[in-house]
Amino acid sequence: MIRKTIFSITRRRLGALALGSVLSATLPFSAYAELGEPEKDELKFGFIKLTDMAPLAVAYENGYFEDEGLYVTLEAQANWKVLLDGVIDGQLDGAHMLAGQPLAATIGFGTKAHIVTPFSMDLNGNGITVSNAVWKEMKKNIPHEDGKPVHPIKADYLKPVVDKYIDEGKPFNMGMVFPVSTHNYELRYWLAAGGIHPGYYAPHKGDISGQIDAEALLSVTPPPQMPATLEAGTIYGYCVGEPWNQQAVFKGIGVPVITDYEIWKNNPEKVFGMNKAFTEKYPNTSIRVVKALLRAAKWLDENDNANRPEAVEILSRSEYVGADYDVIANSMTGTFEYEKGDKREIPDFNVFFRYNATYPYYSDAIWYLTQMRRWGQISEPKSDDWYFEVAKSVYRPDIYQAAAEALIEEGEMKASEFPSFASETGFKPAQTEFIDGKVFDGSQPNTYLEQFPIGLKGDEVVK
Amino acid sequence: MLSRISSKSFIEGLLLPAVGIFIFLLVWQFAANRIDTSLGQFPGPVEVWEQVENLGAEHTREREKEVAFYERQDTRNAKKLAKNPDADIKIRPYTGKPTFIDQIFTSLVTVAAGFLIANLIAIPLGIVCGLSAGMYKAMNPIIQIFKPVSPLAWLPLVTMVVSATYTAEDPMLEKAFLNSAITVALCCLWPTLINTTVGVASIDKDLVNVSRVMALSPMVHVRKIVIPAAIPMIFTGLRLSLATGWMVLIAAEMLAQNPGLGKFVWDEFQNGSSNSLGRIMVAVLAIGLIGFMLDRLMLTLQKRASWDKTAVLR
Repeated sequence: MIRKTIFSITRRRLGALALGSVLSATLPFSAYAELGEPEKDELKFGFIKLTDMAPLAVAYENGYFEDEGLYVTLEAQANWKVLLDGVIDGQLDGAHMLAGQPLAATIGFGTKAHIVTPFSMDLNGNGITVSNAVWKEMKKNIPHEDGKPVHPIKADYLKPVVDKYIDEGKPFNMGMVFPVSTHNYELRYWLAAGGIHPGYYAPHKGDISGQIDAEALLSVTPPPQMPATLEAGTIYGYCVGEPWNQQAVFKGIGVPVITDYEIWKNNPEKVFGMNKAFTEKYPNTSIRVVKALLRAAKWLDENDNANRPEAVEILSRSEYVGADYDVIANSMTGTFEYEKGDKREIPDFNVFFRYNATYPYYSDAIWYLTQMRRWGQISEPKSDDWYFEVAKSVYRPDIYQAAAEALIEEGEMKASEFPSFASETGFKPAQTEFIDGKVFDGSQPNTYLEQFPIGLKGDEVVK
Repeated sequence: MLSRISSKSFIEGLLLPAVGIFIFLLVWQFAANRIDTSLGQFPGPVEVWEQVENLGAEHTREREKEVAFYERQDTRNAKKLAKNPDADIKIRPYTGKPTFIDQIFTSLVTVAAGFLIANLIAIPLGIVCGLSAGMYKAMNPIIQIFKPVSPLAWLPLVTMVVSATYTAEDPMLEKAFLNSAITVALCCLWPTLINTTVGVASIDKDLVNVSRVMALSPMVHVRKIVIPAAIPMIFTGLRLSLATGWMVLIAAEMLAQNPGLGKFVWDEFQNGSSNSLGRIMVAVLAIGLIGFMLDRLMLTLQKRASWDKTAVLR
């Protein structure tokens, strides 16, 4: 069980090592079979320049990958499409992905390929920003308390603005980052909850613009270009991850009106995606990758985010996110600035480990699938069983569990830090904290869809 | 000593370029102060020089990290051997990020590869087209159609074809490298091809007649008469090709995220930090300077290769 080589010796790691060897000495006949050497040890992972790639950067910089005998190269990708293609054709061994990407690829919306995810990278972390002009109009409708707008701000207050644009015959354009991105679904959720129709997709008719019947027209803009596109007046608002909402505040070109934490408290965000063939061919490697990522995620949340300033420094390096330290720190250290000067505490703005954030819950997958169905990306009605089957073929708690158990065995982590694997079903209890007060129960996807006044449900198909 | 330098060559050789650069820097600084972007003020010469220093320091830091990486790896391998003397020990290359200077070398190697591929095709084909009017007529439409195609149009095709056909388990060359090199080759083969054709076709009739009288075999005719006579035109083509290739490469790297200076520029744009524009400007200047040096290099080669040492080259 000699598995660690100590380079930068810290007391904590020394302690962990000592504990690990004691445990392995006293438990020689553990039920857990020792994890073998990685089958492939030179790996290349892709990421997009967003703060939620942090677990990858931390696992690299803190030497967690090397502790697993993995020699990992991290490479920034131009956009989500290039990244997905890289994982599919094997140029990348894995990547920081939008949760919708492995699911959409597996069911064949967009590119068809079987991508799986054994690790969920974070909760929350996005925001919706509108231009100064739209904010000025919206603000008139929003109730105030102590001179500040009351949060969360619903899309109900945006509705009159959109209606005015429609009356004047002007399209109300908004940006999101990718058709199957969390951002697309969050923006749609927020708009629809406020009575604004974000439009349907109809892939069976060859329509993948997602603007059928739309009142607000959503289109794809890459994250770093959002502020510039907003400034240019091409779009009037957008939904994007950090630091691109705070950037708009810094530059005075827009106002973030709501964070995704307020749309759906502790919603699942990015995942780590790998080709299914890769995980089958290199099982030890896959488990070791997840081990390293788990340690990184834990480090990010440890002691009430005590390591966050250090994480921000890592992320601000040009090879990772590369934005200014102050801009990244704004959201990563537990605050969020709305209208300039209106800085509020959101300690859970971006969660990496707490609340079992890393566990790949089937119910998270099912929520994404319901949204694909709701907006017509899945054009035909599907049975509940179909949702469960897709979730099970893409989300891989088995790999996660093997990694977690190895870490527990080594004394690196405690069993209490994970869901109890013996009884875990992969379904979170019904979640209630949505901005529109609806309830999501992952075990009843079709019933869930029935609740929404806007969106496909039952047998409906976009004609 | 100074009196021996004629005042005319002093003015032309040093003073005028210096004045040109000075005025350019002034205009640049003046304009930069007036452009506010969403990433902060546009960088002037001073900010750019700061970034040059930063990039240099980053390079040094990265090299130190590289040394540490190999030391850690040695320790790890030693432990592995101690545990199991038969263990399979490999030395893995450094996994850290390529620095600005690394990216310059990557781009140079890629452009050299693309340029080489292009010329292996263009020069022989150009000679054939120049010698045979029929061949030229057959080739001409294809040359004219493909010549103006942008690298941005070739790149998706090249990427897909390389991905589909180059499927070695442990490839010797990176796919990304092949994609860039082939795209460069596709775009920069035309100037050499056309110039070689014209050069070969317009050889002095006297030379051709000499060859005929001496009854030289076709191979000897090409080697002794055609190539030497066409060298100036071929080199003109090569210089144009290399310039095109260098320009195309940066675009290809930006678009496909292939390693090199183009990727450096794109990454910095994506970073959106307040240093980004300054760093991109450093890259722009480096790209320009390298392009200039490549052209000088070809000119030197041309002087060496050309038999007519009196020809004026510029």
